[in-house]
Amino acid sequence: MSSIAAATGGRPRGGVAGLLNRLAWGSGKDRRRRIGESPITPYLFILPHFAIFSAMVLFPFFLGIWISLHDSTALRDGPFVGLRWYQQLFDPSSFLFPRFWNSVWNTIIFVVISTPLLIGFGLALAVLLNQRLRGRNIFRAVYFVPWTLSVSVVGLTWWWMFNGNAGFVTLFMTDTLGWSPNWLATNPWAWITILIATLWWTIGFNTIILLAGMQAISADLYEAASIDGASKWQQFKSITLPSLRPILLLVITLQVIASFQLVGQPQLMTGGGPPSELGGETAPVLLHVLNTGFGGRRELSLAAAMALIVAAIMIVVSIVNFRLFSSERS
Amino acid sequence: MATTLDRGIAKDQPVELSTAGTGRRGGVGRVLMYVLLFVIAAFFVLPLVVVVSASLKFSAEIFTDPGILPADPGFENYAALFARAEFLTWFRNSAIVSIFGTFVTLAITSLSAYAFARIDFPFKNLLFGLMITTLVLPSVMFLVPQFKLIGDVGLYDTLPALVLPGLAGVFGVFFMRQFFLGLPVELEEAAYVDGASRLRTFMSVALPLAGPALATLAVITFLAFWNDYLWPQIICQDNCTLPAGLRLLQRQYTGDPGLVMAGATVAAIPVLIFYLVLQRYIVQSVASSGIKG
Repeated sequence: MSSIAAATGGRPRGGVAGLLNRLAWGSGKDRRRRIGESPITPYLFILPHFAIFSAMVLFPFFLGIWISLHDSTALRDGPFVGLRWYQQLFDPSSFLFPRFWNSVWNTIIFVVISTPLLIGFGLALAVLLNQRLRGRNIFRAVYFVPWTLSVSVVGLTWWWMFNGNAGFVTLFMTDTLGWSPNWLATNPWAWITILIATLWWTIGFNTIILLAGMQAISADLYEAASIDGASKWQQFKSITLPSLRPILLLVITLQVIASFQLVGQPQLMTGGGPPSELGGETAPVLLHVLNTGFGGRRELSLAAAMALIVAAIMIVVSIVNFRLFSSERS
Repeated sequence: MATTLDRGIAKDQPVELSTAGTGRRGGVGRVLMYVLLFVIAAFFVLPLVVVVSASLKFSAEIFTDPGILPADPGFENYAALFARAEFLTWFRNSAIVSIFGTFVTLAITSLSAYAFARIDFPFKNLLFGLMITTLVLPSVMFLVPQFKLIGDVGLYDTLPALVLPGLAGVFGVFFMRQFFLGLPVELEEAAYVDGASRLRTFMSVALPLAGPALATLAVITFLAFWNDYLWPQIICQDNCTLPAGLRLLQRQYTGDPGLVMAGATVAAIPVLIFYLVLQRYIVQSVASSGIKG
């Protein structure tokens, strides 16, 4: 019923394809049409949602491609320019090239560093909360609190925590160590603050999903292993991790996609800075797209082209990610 | 070993207290584990305390009074915020968009999901496949065209603009469809035999049974609407929601962090209360839904 159940439930092969297949074609149970029922009835059922879906998702899908082939801003519709934006974005001698790819590079670095940390700490917290402890549901609830907040609240929270003027961490370090880095305005500190804010915000989500996965593992497996004299660590390695594989795959994929969409934390905390001639050392690609399309000169067409390139990269990364982790299984 | 056998989390009770094989966990190890749990909890709670504390310090107090407990706490920042018409607008818009958006999402996705789960019709698989496909497309590629579309139909900076893209989401349809597929069809057939129409069967048989699934979807949808930051910031100017408004507030009052922190607190409080009341339920919703939508 849930995707967790779908991911863990006995569907040994097929991976994503199997899951999507089942989602699409159903279980083949009773779905017949009733005698005497109007053939348009089902269409009326899906109409309200499908109309909005068509207008806000299907149509914009094509509109986005269309806009990226023009030279339009938010203020005026420009002429058709074909693939010019794409050519320029892939041409190292173009003035658009360095800033765009710098922001892509920033994002990739963030994904590469944040994903293992968010998965690793999430796994560690899940193991901790899977112990036989009093009050662990309370701890679980506390660890999850930040996930319920808007990224704007998260960004402002850590903007103040690391603020150079009387921010909590800055003052604390100055008081105890006599020194504090200028957290938000110099690197690597700026990236570290963004990383900490992200950990704080989303780690509870990974923890809860992984914990739910751990609790679905049959106790018999551990019992058998302990009779055979397996240590805790051996049990974790040869029972917990393999059993968690489908859920880990889900969490890693979601995490990579989420990290790729980093924007609120740098936007509110560092403003993309410290500034550099490449447009900011902590500016992720989504912030660059936002600033291009909706700030300054509001270059919608250019932003649309950038967004499509980013989307293509994300889709490729997701597929590679899935292949990588699901093929190891067999 | 006993620790991993534990199945007591749902009841929050230690399942067994036998010490067999758990010698290492007793005494010191156990204390250390609780210390660790508390330190981690502090990491999650402390920033929130600092934010609320900052919000209670008025104007320059935030620079002269560094303590976590404010020397002279007061609600001046909150009074100043709520005296601003734009802040009231943000708050009102957030409330309207989240509540209205949640109700409409539940209504239209469960209707659609019911047809996909229970009725066979031409192009059904094609339509459903189309919706699945869009689920793997990153939202970034829709920002520009949605902005353009909303602008072209004259909805820039309006409430419908804030709510429309959220209503188009397909997660609710998948989620509710999976639930309806799991319901035994006999009850609905009984209603049919009694002469109920399809809509009637949906409304009075299937929907009442879907309470838990609807509640889960409502929680996830409400949080998504209340917390959305990216879309409002590009589509609103005067008619923003709180998350987008906070960004404007921060730009305008960089030198007055107390006021900005009060704004952040106001944006956080409704979800925190919501979470406090429905804590166990929300955690289970997320654990069971698996996907954020």
